[in-house]
Amino acid sequence: MSVRYFVPADTTAIAVGADDVAQALAAALETRGEYGRIVRNGSRGAFWLEPLLEIEQHGRRVGFGPLSAAEVDAIVALPPEAREQHPLFLGDVEALPWFAAQRRLTFARAGLGDPLSLDDYLLRRGFDALERALEMAPEEIVQAIDDSGLRGRGGAAFPAGIKWRTVMDTPAGQKYIVCNADEGDSGTFADRLLLEADPYQLLEGMAIAGLAVGADTGYIYLRSEYPRAREVLRVALAKAEAAGYLGSNLAGSQRSFRIHLRIGAGAYICGEETALLESLEGRRGMVRAKPPLPAHQGLFGRPTLVHNVLTLAAATTVIADGAQAYAALGEGRSRGTLSVQLAGNVRRGGLVEVPFGVTLRQLLEDFGGGTRSGRPLRAVQAGGPLGAYLPESLWDTPLDYEALAAVGGMLGHGGLVLFDDSVDMARQARFAMAFCTEESCGKCTPCRIGAVRGTELLDRVIAREAPHSELALLEELCDTMEQASLCAMGGMTPAPVRSALAHFPEDFA
Amino acid sequence: MSRDDNVLHYYEPQPDLGTPGVAAGEEVTLNIDGSAVSVPAGTSVMRAAALAGSPVPKLCATDSLAAFGSCRVCLVEISGRRGFPASCTTPVEEGMQVRTQSPELVRLRRGVTELYLSEHPLDCESCPSNGDCELQDCARELDIESSRYTAAAPADCGAADTSNPYFTFDPQQCIVCSRCVRACADTQGTFALTILGRGFDSRVGVAGDDFLGSECVSCGACVSVCPTAALVESSVIELGAPRRSVETTCAYCGVGCGLRAELRDEQVVRMVPWKDGRANEGHACVKGRFAYGYATHEDRITTPMIRDSIDEPWREVGWDEALAFTAARFSEIQARHGRNSIGAITSSRCTNEEVYLVQKLVRAGFGNNNVDTCARVCHSPTGYGLKTTLGESAGTQAFASVAQADVIVVMGANPTEAHPVFGSRLKRRLREGAQLIVIDPRRIELVDAPHVQAAFHLALRPGTNVAVLNALAHVIVEENLHDQAFIDARCDSAAFAQWREFIRDPMHSPEALEELSGVSAQTLRGAARLYASAGNAAIYYGLGVTEHSQGSTAVMGIANLAMLTGNLGREGVGVNPLRGQNNVQGSCDMGSFPHELPGYRHLSDTAARSQFEAAWGVSIDPEPGLRIPNMFDAAVDGQFLGLYCQGEDVAQSDPNTEHVEAALASLECLVVQDIFLNETARFAHVFLPGASFLEKDGTFTNAERRISRVRQVMPPLSGKADWEVTRDLANALGCTMDYTHPEQIMAEIAALTPTFAGVNYELLDEYGSLQWPCNEGAPQGTPTMHVEQFVRGQGLFAITDFIPTEERVNRRFPLILTTGRILSQYNVGAQTRRTANTAWHAQDLLEIHAEDAQQRGIADGDWVGIESRVGATVLRAQLSERVRPGVVYTTFHHPVSRANVVTTENSDWATNCPEYKVTAVQVSRVNAPASWRSRQRQSVPRAQTEEVSGDD
Ligand SMILES: Cc1cc2nc3c(=O)[nH]c(=O)nc-3n(C[C@H](O)[C@H](O)[C@H](O)COP(=O)(O)O)c2cc1C
Ligand code: SF4
Ligand code: SF4
Ligand code: SF4
Ligand code: SF4
Ligand code: FES
Repeated sequence: MSVRYFVPADTTAIAVGADDVAQALAAALETRGEYGRIVRNGSRGAFWLEPLLEIEQHGRRVGFGPLSAAEVDAIVALPPEAREQHPLFLGDVEALPWFAAQRRLTFARAGLGDPLSLDDYLLRRGFDALERALEMAPEEIVQAIDDSGLRGRGGAAFPAGIKWRTVMDTPAGQKYIVCNADEGDSGTFADRLLLEADPYQLLEGMAIAGLAVGADTGYIYLRSEYPRAREVLRVALAKAEAAGYLGSNLAGSQRSFRIHLRIGAGAYICGEETALLESLEGRRGMVRAKPPLPAHQGLFGRPTLVHNVLTLAAATTVIADGAQAYAALGEGRSRGTLSVQLAGNVRRGGLVEVPFGVTLRQLLEDFGGGTRSGRPLRAVQAGGPLGAYLPESLWDTPLDYEALAAVGGMLGHGGLVLFDDSVDMARQARFAMAFCTEESCGKCTPCRIGAVRGTELLDRVIAREAPHSELALLEELCDTMEQASLCAMGGMTPAPVRSALAHFPEDFA
Repeated sequence: MSRDDNVLHYYEPQPDLGTPGVAAGEEVTLNIDGSAVSVPAGTSVMRAAALAGSPVPKLCATDSLAAFGSCRVCLVEISGRRGFPASCTTPVEEGMQVRTQSPELVRLRRGVTELYLSEHPLDCESCPSNGDCELQDCARELDIESSRYTAAAPADCGAADTSNPYFTFDPQQCIVCSRCVRACADTQGTFALTILGRGFDSRVGVAGDDFLGSECVSCGACVSVCPTAALVESSVIELGAPRRSVETTCAYCGVGCGLRAELRDEQVVRMVPWKDGRANEGHACVKGRFAYGYATHEDRITTPMIRDSIDEPWREVGWDEALAFTAARFSEIQARHGRNSIGAITSSRCTNEEVYLVQKLVRAGFGNNNVDTCARVCHSPTGYGLKTTLGESAGTQAFASVAQADVIVVMGANPTEAHPVFGSRLKRRLREGAQLIVIDPRRIELVDAPHVQAAFHLALRPGTNVAVLNALAHVIVEENLHDQAFIDARCDSAAFAQWREFIRDPMHSPEALEELSGVSAQTLRGAARLYASAGNAAIYYGLGVTEHSQGSTAVMGIANLAMLTGNLGREGVGVNPLRGQNNVQGSCDMGSFPHELPGYRHLSDTAARSQFEAAWGVSIDPEPGLRIPNMFDAAVDGQFLGLYCQGEDVAQSDPNTEHVEAALASLECLVVQDIFLNETARFAHVFLPGASFLEKDGTFTNAERRISRVRQVMPPLSGKADWEVTRDLANALGCTMDYTHPEQIMAEIAALTPTFAGVNYELLDEYGSLQWPCNEGAPQGTPTMHVEQFVRGQGLFAITDFIPTEERVNRRFPLILTTGRILSQYNVGAQTRRTANTAWHAQDLLEIHAEDAQQRGIADGDWVGIESRVGATVLRAQLSERVRPGVVYTTFHHPVSRANVVTTENSDWATNCPEYKVTAVQVSRVNAPASWRSRQRQSVPRAQTEEVSGDD
């Protein structure tokens, strides 16, 4: 059996040198006259190990990383039995505690094979869920999603089953599935990782959603800064259609589902579902007032199911494994797994998929291993740029939408950004207002004008020019933004500001 | 922020319920601040609250636009709901408990308003909108004077845009509520405005250098909805806020928009669309909204003038002398040449009451039936064609009906230019998804407007309307797409059977007619199928149908199509003429035809005639009188010597100007009544100063048969309104008339005209307007005609043989000239040219396809001579893709271009409506327009005013 070498062609891996590693590998094999196949797989999401090289021989797959191109030749030169001696030898990557302690469902396939190989996908239960869904009545599919307890992974955590049912029950000739792949939260990358490592899973999830709610057309709205994902998706769509997994005769069923790929407008707000729909319709990404809900009148005024990449992907797990299996994991009203993304000042950053219920501390310390700088961890921002800053006293909170909300935080899209003790929380608060100023769609007043006034207020606070009354005005402003804004952009910008003020008052004194 | 309460004493802004009303349907009852209110499902909480007497503050919402939800001052509390929903975007629900006032709500609203004030100039006292500003209202209600935020330097948003002659945009005052952008898109359908930049940098922007240099058509919708002084009429800046208002009706086009004249003393500060005007529902166009300045233009003649012969100068005289002079001359002519030697022309610009009086003067005073209207020039084929097929000489629908149409046919009309407010309604429906078929030689704007695209454009050769209509009917019959059940139930079956045989003849097939019409068989078939298969299909047509040698035939062809497919008698369907002038419908209704008494009753109808005879105490000649062309012929022959011409410039707007001028020059007494010394006045012996629509009371009837009140806003400049002049002339002639108010004239009309029997001023005031028939059977008027059965009983399919016009191209005259109009100008432009509307249309241009231009060595902007069999004129050329090769096009708004000099005397067989739309011409490049023109002008002296207003 021949030797296979795996070097991820993932954006993050490439950013840290995976292409150089692949080149060096090809050169090494050539000069040594060795025969071996190089597979450019997706990343497993352990970014702290990238560039990662895996060698599969005699049924064993072992890893080396993080690796530089210069070290490749020496590794290739090692006879198999001497590999263990190498300082970067990792053994079976999946056996590393960082992986073994995860519960990978959505990311189970990520990094194993060639993302665009349909054979690889089929080999690992690809399209099982679609085959099953084709045998189910729409009502049964929706019931399964409902029973699984799956909630939206894009941020709002709305129960997916209710949304599916609403779209299914809204009478209309034309309905749409829209995949929100605009992934704009700082420190998040799960959508991109999935798209680059396992694109067919998303396509399968969308097709299932289409069968369930009665939509024959889907759109993927992809963040413009994801050129690799765009290319992968483009090829994956073509191959899936050619193989009959998309198109007018879905897996031989005479039912039809097509997917169009659209590239985003490069604005954070276009990740908000109604702004996204406006953008898809060719207008500027401006938030729409709700009602009407997209489920009633969405894209081009038609009932539309809008979901994050991970929500649609998880639907394949629910259908393939059954709702009960999925619902068996988790805690409280948060069922299944969450794909946590560890970023910022973190030692072992990357994607960690775990069942709900794991505590923040486990994630920060056991998986994350503390800060990369080695200094004490002071704050963690959970749930993206609109999420609260959490101090150590709250790190024993379990990963659970309600538990986090109870302490003023949110899980959002699952991003955790770590900060060591050199962080100035007043500047972080200002950053939240400045971010809102930058990214506001400008439709509603509290956000459009409020964010600017908030930034100005915090500038004066930082410059110690602000009398105490200005902090009171800031509080009032936060109230106005929180309660009067049209969407969560302006509505949640106060969260990081207020949490910084509440938990780190010393930085504002 | 504070405001001067005195200023507001008389003036009330029009009520605004915040979000548009919802069609009545299922009623929902909810509780607002303790009181129960019932509204149709789908209504917003905001509107329900306003109706319940608990209005909620609002800045981005206004009831002409869909809710937007951006300002966030309209938040309310709803039991059982989290947070503070925006009342404008929240629909009512059964049993909902709403609170519009609470300390928490006040806090939030103040928070938001304070943010607005943090970037808004706070010098209300010096602002033109002081007292008429919604931000000021909001701040005052919440008791905020200023903002606690110490903003960095106020954002520099740039200087005010004063490029538009009528309104000013001051970005400093803008609160970025987007109302203007939405009004331009949703109400007007022009999409000239947009929000530039994001977030805090959001600014209102025009697509272009400035308003004037953009797509903006100056409809003023954005100005009307702007809550602040950011967009405001320049006249308000100049004259100050209005203090009182009067509702009236636009005197320009046949849409008949309700307007509200807002005044300070006798001076109009601005003219705004009246929200309760049913024809326009709060919208207007650049003419009605802004182009009223002509009414006080220095060219207005305000003193009567007489002269013994037309080569003498005018003598200003008093009213009595002028009327006595006229009466003496008319009596003398009749004494010498008999009763029938004088006549009158009524005006479709004047009120119903005035038109009625003129025809009464002719019938009762002159003792003949020589009365005609210039509507002959445009729409008499409609009267004839619709009366013959359906039984009533009027359009079948209300304008609002278009909102229910699924397929819309626009034929020989250019609504976005000529009937702009209806054009906006139409575009809105098209944006909602209705399909459009355009039948017009020219690629009019609708074919390809922003967010509007015609499914089919039948760019037929001018003069082939009937052929095309026949082809469409042929396809529908041959492909069995007709509505047999409707035909069986509603139409004359013998006539249908006969017509069916006629239309099935292969000579009417698209394939047989494609070469002649220039429209491919495939397109004809596609359009026929689309029209026939629609749930609701409506046809709108204009002068491009009527101003043809087969105008009446084409109108009957249109009616045939509608009957054939069952598209009559309900909302969303119908056959609808788009009337040119404001009161074309009314002037026709009022009996200003040589053969018909008011209400379209033929003179030979003894019962009708004796009714009038009894009422007027005279005997009426049962023989029809002369039509306008016959009057002119008789004048040239020396048989017709006296003419009273009210409010029409026949020398300018009638076809074949040279023949008309010859006729006018041979009259012994021409009396012209007008507000300006017009072209016709060059031949007049008596000039009676007219009154503008601002100076009199009366009614106009628009294209949807809607009778609306014209109300006096200022006293007549000449001392007499037009109806008073006619009354006094009648009295001078010994025909006694003693009306003291137009209301009495309407009472007489109602008493003598069955379709008007229920109309009176009181009812008009109550309902705002009424669509005739309005009588015992329909006490509140009739929005949709022919609901149960056709007025004539059974619908009549009329045979529509296609007979090619005699006007044909040949080697000498190889091009077809067709004419039309443009938005900013009106007809011959007597009014609009005397306003700042000239900013948009300084001169008439000849549109010519590049191919034809190239063959003739003509470049864009060159002077070109246009010659027909009967005359020649000179215009500047404009190379255009809107016309096809072989066709040239011009407007006729500027007298100096004398476009009518070249049009021929061909006319509709049934009604003599002249064939303006088809004239064979040659076009060639010329160097010196002066020499061409002088050749055309040498015969007659021209009125001075017109020379001065020339554009070269
Ligand atoms: C400012 C803002 C940005 C957002 N950005 C994203 C995003 O990048 N990706 C995403 O999936 N959802 C985003 N959302 C959430 C979406 O509005 C929406 O809730 C989500 O796409 C629904 O999918 P889900 O049910 O699968 O979560 C954003 C929301 C807001 C308010
Ligand atoms: S909160 Fe901000 S982003 Fe959201 S609608 Fe308002 S202005 Fe736009
Ligand atoms: S005047 Fe009319 S066309 Fe011009 S910008 Fe305003 S709304 Fe648009
Ligand atoms: S110009 Fe007026 S209507 Fe337009 S956004 Fe500004 S304030 Fe609103
Ligand atoms: S000209 Fe016609 S469309 Fe314009 S305001 Fe007057 S009636 Fe309305
Ligand atoms: S009026 Fe409701 S948000 Fe502006």
